[in-house]
Amino acid sequence: MVNVIWALMAVIGILYAMFNGTMEHVNKAIIESAGEAVTLSIGLISILVFWLGIMKVAERAGLLRVLAKMFKPIIVRLFPEIPKDHPAMGYILSNMTANLFGLGNAATPMGIKAMEQMKTLSQSDTASRSMITFLALNTSSLTIIPTTVIAIRMQYDSVSPTEIVATTIMATAISTVGAILTDRFFYYRSMRRQ
Amino acid sequence: MALITSISTWFIPCFILLVLIIATWKRIPSYELFVEGGKEGIKMAISILPFLVGMLVAISILRSSGALEAFINLISPLLSIIGVPPDIIPLALVRPISGTAALGMTTEIVGTHGPDSFIGRLASTMQGSTDTTLYILTVYFGAIGIRKMRYALKVGLVADLIGIIASIIIVTIVFG
Repeated sequence: MVNVIWALMAVIGILYAMFNGTMEHVNKAIIESAGEAVTLSIGLISILVFWLGIMKVAERAGLLRVLAKMFKPIIVRLFPEIPKDHPAMGYILSNMTANLFGLGNAATPMGIKAMEQMKTLSQSDTASRSMITFLALNTSSLTIIPTTVIAIRMQYDSVSPTEIVATTIMATAISTVGAILTDRFFYYRSMRRQ
Repeated sequence: MALITSISTWFIPCFILLVLIIATWKRIPSYELFVEGGKEGIKMAISILPFLVGMLVAISILRSSGALEAFINLISPLLSIIGVPPDIIPLALVRPISGTAALGMTTEIVGTHGPDSFIGRLASTMQGSTDTTLYILTVYFGAIGIRKMRYALKVGLVADLIGIIASIIIVTIVFG
């Protein structure tokens, strides 16, 4: 599916540019966005190195196990395929905690680490059920403080930059519950098909 | 509110403090472990790179050609019939695809309509309440080499739709 969507975006864009006379923009955009992607990946190095380093220490110190134990009841239900004391649980929780506090920079490395642990369980290049559940939780962005948005609102002299926090929390809560339900729906549907 | 903001700023330093104190207490070679873990980070960033280049280039072709805008103009009338404010439609459509484009649109909406207008509040809520599905999918699956994504993209996009609808309804109730 992702192959089709990926190809379609580029194909539609190029065909449209043929008739719309925007080929020059397209040429410029290809080079610029490729550069942007490299900058983004290189920028990730600093965050990834720092957080994976710290998390390695945290893991050896037994902190992830403590964290996983604390939230066991919820997490076990969300990820029934992961064994209870598996290190993946600790990373999933670290990722969710970081997201909750609006710390996207810290959340990404922990999320990748969680994915890596889940891959050791599935041992294949196909996405496992737990991976998709985890992804669903991340795309619905469970957050308490939308820091970037607050910053934009302050920049434009909002009377109350933080007044959208409550509506954001409500919307994000609904989209998270929605994501979990959608994930379950597609999972059971794919099971029936087999 | 002030409490939540200060929890946010204190959280990371306090977490690092806790990790290092416990590690030292248990006589764990913290520095060596840090370096060992950090090395993985370099590998990870490099393995994500081609996935990001592919995705961002395809999205930018779609955007720069004007096709995305044309598509938005085409379906805007349909969406406004069911009560979606027309000014918010571009943002709602772009949010799951491109993080930078969505952030740009939010900034533009907040700038032109004012942060305390209905549209400004709606754009703020929408920006904050969902994340860029395509980016997360690219980075997470790219880093660990997942090729078959199964129903992951569908779940992500449906969740985005739910988030967008929820934002519109909630902001209308609270501020409308």
